[in-house]
Amino acid sequence: MIRADQALTVPLGLLAELTHRCPLGCPYCSNPLSLDAPKDELDAETWARVFREAAALGILQVHLSGGEPASRRDLAEIVTAAHRAGLYSNLITSGVGLTAPRLKELADSGLDHVQVSIQDAQPASADRIAGYEGAFARKQGVAAETVRLGLPLTVNIVVHRANIERIDEMVALALSLGASRVEIAHVQYYGWALKNRAALMPSRAQAMQAVQTVDDLRKAHHGRIVIDSALPDYYARLPKPCMGGWGRRSVNVTPSGKVLPCHAAEIIPGLTFWSVTEHSLADIWRHSPAFNTFRGTDWMAEPCRSCPKQREDFGGCRCQAFLLTGDARATDPVCRLSPLHDEVERIAAIRSYAYAYRRYRPEPAVAPDCQRGLKNP
Amino acid sequence: MTEAVTPKAEIPADAKPRLPRGVRLTHSEVQGGWVLLAPERIFKADAIAAEILKRCTGEATFAAIVDDLAANFKDPRERIETDVASLLRSLADKRLLEL
Repeated sequence: MIRADQALTVPLGLLAELTHRCPLGCPYCSNPLSLDAPKDELDAETWARVFREAAALGILQVHLSGGEPASRRDLAEIVTAAHRAGLYSNLITSGVGLTAPRLKELADSGLDHVQVSIQDAQPASADRIAGYEGAFARKQGVAAETVRLGLPLTVNIVVHRANIERIDEMVALALSLGASRVEIAHVQYYGWALKNRAALMPSRAQAMQAVQTVDDLRKAHHGRIVIDSALPDYYARLPKPCMGGWGRRSVNVTPSGKVLPCHAAEIIPGLTFWSVTEHSLADIWRHSPAFNTFRGTDWMAEPCRSCPKQREDFGGCRCQAFLLTGDARATDPVCRLSPLHDEVERIAAIRSYAYAYRRYRPEPAVAPDCQRGLKNP
Repeated sequence: MTEAVTPKAEIPADAKPRLPRGVRLTHSEVQGGWVLLAPERIFKADAIAAEILKRCTGEATFAAIVDDLAANFKDPRERIETDVASLLRSLADKRLLEL
């Protein structure tokens, strides 16, 4: 067994959730149901300090995310701070709220890369998924402007039941927008996505077909566009090596400054998270109780404890283990070796047909059957 | 006897390879070496790859890069050319290099 203090590594990436404000309402959002209020957001000066501390810790890239980072009026100041700290900066945006002059300002501030999400290849469906009329058209404008400025563009596609049949059309759209990279991510069921799981879940046949389609597209476009993908893990036989292992490679800072090993970690009861307002990032990385709880392999129970793959997949995802089994130390039940593996298949078969859009003040459930039979977070 | 052979990567002698905007070679003391930073991806570059990439400025031609490396390292030129071509081709396929 490897104890937490022996498992200390140097992190590579910082996910900076600058705000939970977002004009879109995507039902697959991985943000928590309880969103941080704008008044609690860290100011640009604090972010600048966090970036300097991150660089000193060895972190190389910062992912400026949210919410919608463009909802912050001081985004250019934040990008400048990342650049001055020597970090490679990725802007992860819905595109809504970014005008051409603002994008130019960000490019001039040292932004390295832009990731724009698209919801579907069909405008009406895309806008329905985003819960925002006109989003599809505005995203295309931002994508085109990104390429015109000479910045590399990634198109991010989150895949679920409403768009899973159109992966090839969405990749064609990404190509036509001039993207050099496309990220095809099946929904991961945390936060709002978990709340909407029954409305988002594709069938096993659809998921398997999608994996094949992505494989074919990757071959067909080799050398032209890079296709990275995240698998539909409810239909997997082995769990994902979530975050490359708990507290191994990545740090997540919430809008209000809490530091998490992953964006969903707050749902696990009993973990103590430290804040950048009270501790340095290095101190948090090394000593925060939340980071050390699932570092190494010492915390594992069977079947992980004696599994030869424990250093490859780290027992899967701690948040998913908790959400699906009620025990964060359990084997991620996506793993076929979990005694609860069959339960995942049963949950994946539950269907509903209405979205609970991600909002600060959740709207009343649109369809009466939305959450029936589901274990709510 | 037949053998599966990866086709030799061909790079025109006058190509001027360069890292595109959004791809940077940097040295990280804490990470213990050279790294290539790219859109949401990080690649560790060993010492040889770093020597090659440092020369991909967009000004030097492929032939000049190989000549320069041959002058500085003792491997035969042909061997160096093969290695450099294969690295550059694989990076170009990942959209990490422009030729």
